[in-house]
Amino acid sequence: MKYFRTHVLVCVDPECLSKGAHDIVDALNDELVATGLIDEVQVLETSRIGACSQGPEMMVYPEGVHYAGMTVDDVAYIVEEHFLKGRVAKKFILPIKSIKDEELTAPTAKEIRVVLRNCGIIDPENIEDYIAQDGYLALAKVMTEMTADDVINEIKKSGLRGRGGAGFPTFLKWTFTKQEKSDIRFVICNADEGDPGAFMNRRVLESDPHSVIEGMIIAAYAIGAKQGYIYCRAEYPIAVNTLNIAIQQAKGLGLLGENIMGTDFSFDLEVRMGAGAFVCGEETALMNSIEGKRGEPRPRPPFPSVKGLWEKPTNINNVETYANVPQIILKGADWFASMGTEKSKGTKTFAMAGDINHTGLIEVPMGITLREIIFDIGNGIRDNKEFKAIQTGGPMGGCLPKEYLGLPVDYESLVQAGSMMGSGGMIVMDEDTCMVDIARFFMEFTQEESCGKCTPCRVGTKRILDILERICAGNGRQGDIEQLEMLCSEIKQDSLCGLGQGAPNPVESTLKHFRDEYESHILEKRCPAKVCKALIRYQIIENTCTGCTVCARNCPVNAISGERRQPHSIDPDTCIRCGICIQVCNFNAIEIV
Amino acid sequence: MTSKNEKDRLIIEAIDSAIDHFGDSREELIPILNHVNRKLGYLPSEALEEISNRLKSSRSQLFSVASFYHMLSTKPRGKHVIQFCESAPCHIVGGREVWQALKEAVNLEENETSPDGKWSLITTSCLGLCGVGPVIVIDDDAYGNVTPEQIKDILAKYSD
Repeated sequence: MKYFRTHVLVCVDPECLSKGAHDIVDALNDELVATGLIDEVQVLETSRIGACSQGPEMMVYPEGVHYAGMTVDDVAYIVEEHFLKGRVAKKFILPIKSIKDEELTAPTAKEIRVVLRNCGIIDPENIEDYIAQDGYLALAKVMTEMTADDVINEIKKSGLRGRGGAGFPTFLKWTFTKQEKSDIRFVICNADEGDPGAFMNRRVLESDPHSVIEGMIIAAYAIGAKQGYIYCRAEYPIAVNTLNIAIQQAKGLGLLGENIMGTDFSFDLEVRMGAGAFVCGEETALMNSIEGKRGEPRPRPPFPSVKGLWEKPTNINNVETYANVPQIILKGADWFASMGTEKSKGTKTFAMAGDINHTGLIEVPMGITLREIIFDIGNGIRDNKEFKAIQTGGPMGGCLPKEYLGLPVDYESLVQAGSMMGSGGMIVMDEDTCMVDIARFFMEFTQEESCGKCTPCRVGTKRILDILERICAGNGRQGDIEQLEMLCSEIKQDSLCGLGQGAPNPVESTLKHFRDEYESHILEKRCPAKVCKALIRYQIIENTCTGCTVCARNCPVNAISGERRQPHSIDPDTCIRCGICIQVCNFNAIEIV
Repeated sequence: MTSKNEKDRLIIEAIDSAIDHFGDSREELIPILNHVNRKLGYLPSEALEEISNRLKSSRSQLFSVASFYHMLSTKPRGKHVIQFCESAPCHIVGGREVWQALKEAVNLEENETSPDGKWSLITTSCLGLCGVGPVIVIDDDAYGNVTPEQIKDILAKYSD
């Protein structure tokens, strides 16, 4: 093997790609050739290193220097400074981290990396990188030392539960599928991560695809399946590509396909792509889609473990669930069960978005509080504003107010609070958020994504949306709240699948925790957060206005009038409430009432 | 404008390559439709008819699948397809303004195609690039941290 004194890992996560990471790689290689360093410095493409929002980014080893925010024009400078002259190019540096330092794998003290352990460290398109990090060692252990029942027992002892959100014990699913009398069984990986703002699975698939593949092979061995499918959404072309490369490489080494590791166990794996339908993340809809049909859910029971793909017993787990499996086998169930709470073991990845200082992916032990996540890891609310609510569980989750900041994040606590774990999206909202508007926004989403098969979901979500739109437009009526509550409980009870059953959650939780905001909208025709355009008015504070005319000149609809050096005024009938006047006013002389 | 024969030839070519790649069993329908949709930009009714013959599956079934998935289009699309992410994380970091600027720049509303066939404007569900929102995708190129001011420069890259 060729020896290089320096390794440069350039992040080619789609976020960095969108900012020209490939150009950086090309420029680096060109510059290394030009400076004669090409035999000393190796440039590798890797997935996320940790600061994509400041990307493009790269990591230089062995020093562990983390650069971000450079352009192609800066590459020559970095090569000269760092690789030629041996001093850090300070201009682009992020805090120094060394590869042996735990800090690299867990960016903050509260985080633990199990599922994300290899992200940004290995080249996902090179199976040897994965093997060097103890990859496929768990599979070897399973193949040589463990029976199928041993594997299921180990998973049982670990307490692993489904990471897709519902939290069903993984070992039970495996046991049910194994118990069914059938000569054919399937394992499926649900990689149809559709919740807006949730991209944990994408990161794992693109950065560490073999951890998922290894988990699936072990599951297949445990339940006796010969064929598996990874159903990945079409919005993730890079993940699909990475997976296909990984599968080919695993096959090349005899880790997949006929007679795995020389044993008589054979298992084949195929990637299936969606075509853009949110409901396909629901397991029965997903199986219909693999069969080439409309992705509509099927009634349950029968559950997939009894009658799944092509009516055969099928085990279906989420990406993150499978990615945990090799680590459990390798480090033992006790190690895994030592993290988390009594009923929720291990870690969970979350995607943080919204009005929070540090957005992005985190992995934390179960049982951590929302406060720790938002304030210790997320570094608090942007612009020093007040925290108002956090939405957990994606578009079918609930909004929790500040009284719940001490809530431990585990399956049961979140459901009790009126939300859910979901796949792991978390959206933080500050004081300027209107909760009625947020409920309307999420309802718009679920309404559009309702597949239309069952009436409660198809018609019910539309009725809820109609009422919410009316309330936001200032036409709320007495009795609207009661009608919303009635609709929510009916839709929850009567819908066929998780989409309909969860759709009312954002409305129910905001009704419960922010009822006064609904009442203000309906009874006083007032939006307390000053968001709903029909319920707000822009006006000029006479004493503060200097009559500089900036607002009048910028108003797109000429709603502002007044003489120079005299206080101006806004005609509320012409004003479209676009907010440009507030942005351009230098004297804070415009207010929303 | 391509002639009728030319269009038929392109359709057959696209279907041939899809079936070469995936085979002609019914369960491969979605990969086949995806492939043909990508080659032709959309799924013309002639293509659905031909696929239904090859897969020995009824046209109504095919149409019901083709119309179910957002990424499959039964209407012609422009040479370049602009996808705008309409999800919450992009929405709260300025997506609304970008959407407005986009619509003005190409003079289209959602799901419209320009008369000269150059642009189609559609919205997409979350692309998982939430850390760099607002995000737009043109053909296969993703653009992150987009501001309304950048729209003109981005579109100018597609000058053909």
